[in-house]
Amino acid sequence: MLSARHETGLVLFPAFDWAIEATHPEREERLLYTRDQICEEGLLDLEGVREYRPEPVSVADVQRVHFCPSGVETVAGESHRIAAGGALRLARAWHAGDIERGFALVRPPGHHAQRVMHGGRGFCAINNEAIMIEALRQQHDIRRVAIIDTDCHHGDGTQDIYWHDPDVLFISIHQDGRTLYPGTGFMDEQGGPNAVGATVNIPLPPRTSDAGYLEIVRDTVLPILEDFEPELVINSAGQDNHFADPLTDMDFSARGYAELTRLLAPDLAVLEGGYSIESALPYINMGILLAMTGLESDHVVEPYRRPSGGVQPEEITEAVRRIGTRTRAVWAKREQRQAQLHAVSDECAHRTREIYYDTIDAFEHQHEAVRLCRHCGGALRIATRIGDGPQTLAVHVPLYACDDCRRAALRWFELAPDEGFAAAFLQDRPADRYLIR
Amino acid sequence: MIIGLDVGGTHADIVLLGPEGVRARAKVDTDPDDLGATLLEALDRVLHATEPTAVRRVVLSTTLTTNAVVGAGLSPVGMLVCAGPGVDPALYRTGEHYAVVPGAIDHRGREISPLDLDAVDLCAERFAAAGIRYVGVVGKFSTRNPAHELGIAERIAERFERVFTGHRVSGQLNFPRRIATTHLAASVYPLHRNFYEAIAEALRTRGVSAPVHLLKADGGTLSLAASLDSPAETVLSGPAASVMGAIPVASPEEDVVVLDIGGTTTEIALLSGGSPLLEPLGITIGATRTLIRALLSRSIGVGGDSEVRCVEGKITIGPRRLGAPLARGGPALTPTDALIALGESERGDPQVATAGVAELAAELGCEPAMAARAVIDHACRRIMAAVDGLVDQVNGSHVDTIHELLDGHRIRPARILVLGGPAESLAPHLARRSQLPVELVPDSGVANAIGAAMARPTDALSLIADTEQGWVSCSGSDRQWRCDRSYRREQALEQARALLFERLGPEAGTPELEVVEDLEFNIVRGFSTVGRNIRLTLQVKPGLLEPFTPEHAKVAVC
Repeated sequence: MLSARHETGLVLFPAFDWAIEATHPEREERLLYTRDQICEEGLLDLEGVREYRPEPVSVADVQRVHFCPSGVETVAGESHRIAAGGALRLARAWHAGDIERGFALVRPPGHHAQRVMHGGRGFCAINNEAIMIEALRQQHDIRRVAIIDTDCHHGDGTQDIYWHDPDVLFISIHQDGRTLYPGTGFMDEQGGPNAVGATVNIPLPPRTSDAGYLEIVRDTVLPILEDFEPELVINSAGQDNHFADPLTDMDFSARGYAELTRLLAPDLAVLEGGYSIESALPYINMGILLAMTGLESDHVVEPYRRPSGGVQPEEITEAVRRIGTRTRAVWAKREQRQAQLHAVSDECAHRTREIYYDTIDAFEHQHEAVRLCRHCGGALRIATRIGDGPQTLAVHVPLYACDDCRRAALRWFELAPDEGFAAAFLQDRPADRYLIR
Repeated sequence: MIIGLDVGGTHADIVLLGPEGVRARAKVDTDPDDLGATLLEALDRVLHATEPTAVRRVVLSTTLTTNAVVGAGLSPVGMLVCAGPGVDPALYRTGEHYAVVPGAIDHRGREISPLDLDAVDLCAERFAAAGIRYVGVVGKFSTRNPAHELGIAERIAERFERVFTGHRVSGQLNFPRRIATTHLAASVYPLHRNFYEAIAEALRTRGVSAPVHLLKADGGTLSLAASLDSPAETVLSGPAASVMGAIPVASPEEDVVVLDIGGTTTEIALLSGGSPLLEPLGITIGATRTLIRALLSRSIGVGGDSEVRCVEGKITIGPRRLGAPLARGGPALTPTDALIALGESERGDPQVATAGVAELAAELGCEPAMAARAVIDHACRRIMAAVDGLVDQVNGSHVDTIHELLDGHRIRPARILVLGGPAESLAPHLARRSQLPVELVPDSGVANAIGAAMARPTDALSLIADTEQGWVSCSGSDRQWRCDRSYRREQALEQARALLFERLGPEAGTPELEVVEDLEFNIVRGFSTVGRNIRLTLQVKPGLLEPFTPEHAKVAVC
């Protein structure tokens, strides 16, 4: 009988009874052929592969990560909480040492879900990876985490959640935001003032093929990962870089995905997007799973013609190389730049943003302030409203907050009514509590 | 009158059942080299109680084929496999005569590369030259479209005595298991055919002309004639007979654990709603995972005759059985000896048992009575831990929908039924260890033969319809037919039901069918619905032909 070289946990939860809408890409049928392929290949029978059944995450698990002003139940349905729960189930098994690696094949995805969520955006409602990571960090002695988001769309939600966290390295490799939703993830987005460089964006030009993608991973991503020395490596494993994906313009293959997984060697991988449900997903997932288990995947080849023949145009090769060079240069100077920022600035850094929610067709106005701090991620406050709705205040105390930042944050929360906020929410991570007033 | 026969490796149990209950019963020694002689002897021990012509059904269960599989006393088989993208099919090699031929079908049953018949011819020639007479043909996704398997089978049919195809063994997806199961079917075929002839001959000799059935691993029966087409199905029906024998005393309203405590092992199975739970895919025989429908059961190496030792000051039991208990002339201390030493069993020499226990007590540094109790306690704890493990496993098994995950049935056992040799003495100890009531299956010596006698025919059928491509196909047959865009789940269900009843034959009547897979997807391409993908799996739950409550089948509460 075949055995896996690495003990691998799998959650395969296709949610056959859930869709955003009947013909939406995020529909019942999405993982049908993937499940068929995995079952037919007998991958669940492999010695060393264990399947786990997901359990929905609790409201408290969600509130450790998100502010949902309209309530967690309004934003996240059962399907979302089960998807996040699938990821968390594997994280717990990994932490307990039952498995070396885990792959959560769950839907719906989560990487467009930001810290404040008024509704769904980009097919996502809550951030599966962040909920998993924060539950683990809260309950166990794990601090430094790296997330490599290989979905073709920029992982703007995960970026937002970890923007100010110096202990979480977030690397997103995606199709250039000028050509694809959500239109962010440019190279100059490098993390907040207390976490400069901990966000790394690698926007690739459309038509980047296996060669360019894997080169960036080998030459740029892996050295950064090595520098960062994470205790836990997560892959947000979107599958929409595939040449057959209907929503994107990249030229990546199933074997490329297997090789990518082999290179990254993530402890845990969580499915994100990928909508070529019949022509790409079955083969990509097989490739990823085989790579996770340490088995060869040379026979995982799409059974039809690849329009490009897998050849990457010269100008793309050069463009990818330039992006890699620049990314490495920026990474090397991160500490220097953070020191410069702290030398010139005062108490808080501010940013103002408008965020579009495609599912509820609404704009959110956000004003965010973070306390500049040399000791922690910094007390964070976000004033938010939907359209002309009431202003609410979301206050976040980081898990490893210093005493000054925690005091400052608690004070913001107390004073919220005086400042005219209709409601205020407090994520007090050191105490693992969530308060509303 | 019904005859139930359970032929084990060492002895055979036989019962003759009349409307009033067990009319005659017997236990005879098995002659593994002459099944016919064993059958004749067993028949003679019960047929005195009736006219042979009054027998209307004979059901046989046996472990003889299993023993052959485990002992590898099987014929060489040629395997022809076609695969496509995925794991390298060379890794599933079944033996010397294994060849991969070009040709591939995808997950929706579409041909993605054509079959190479020249390659098939070459392989067939090689097999034939090597003296191969039985061949298995398996394609990846052949349950979605058997065209390649059928193409190969047709091409090579004349050269070999018998060709088995993968899509006939099961409707379930699992290519490696399909290869293993088809290989198993082809390799037990000649043995099974001899077996078939011996049964037919023995019954003919004694004037019994009733239809003959074989018990399968799923606790259902298959007619002897049909078993020639799927000989692997009757492998490992041993545990099934005992579990079926426990059904008459299990309440259909409860989830129940069945423990069949033997000499070497204890088999654990679960009943829910009066029917045994089945393995999700199929039984595992030795290291081989198959698609043979089977009762969900776990075997642990703790039985009445298991070897008891003291290792680093701690008691260990099993998994070896060195022979009979000390008190019956065996070589090593066993849990049975502990029971005898405590005066809870009279089947052995108490002095020998006590001496054995005293030796263990000296090693443990405690009183002999305490050592004897510790042995029993340890055995019970191991058994109960395995029960909990099995229940957890069932409740944690794969689901595909939110509905199943949140509202699906979870197994919560309400009682434990025990049978087997040491069951009576061990039951009170198990009861003390468990929160659940523990009850003894009455007449547990022949409960297995009764279970076999009363088991009803079972079968399963998977239907898959793809209305975009316009076809419907179903497992276990070569049939495929066209459908149009208006084809619906309701029609599919009706057709599947009719086909399954047809396959079961008139003797089975119209048993209640259970729909175990019921999925319907819109196939959406480019934001519009282009068809429907319907998947149904129906099965007859294993159960008894008619309620069987003979007078003596009253539960002994422990």
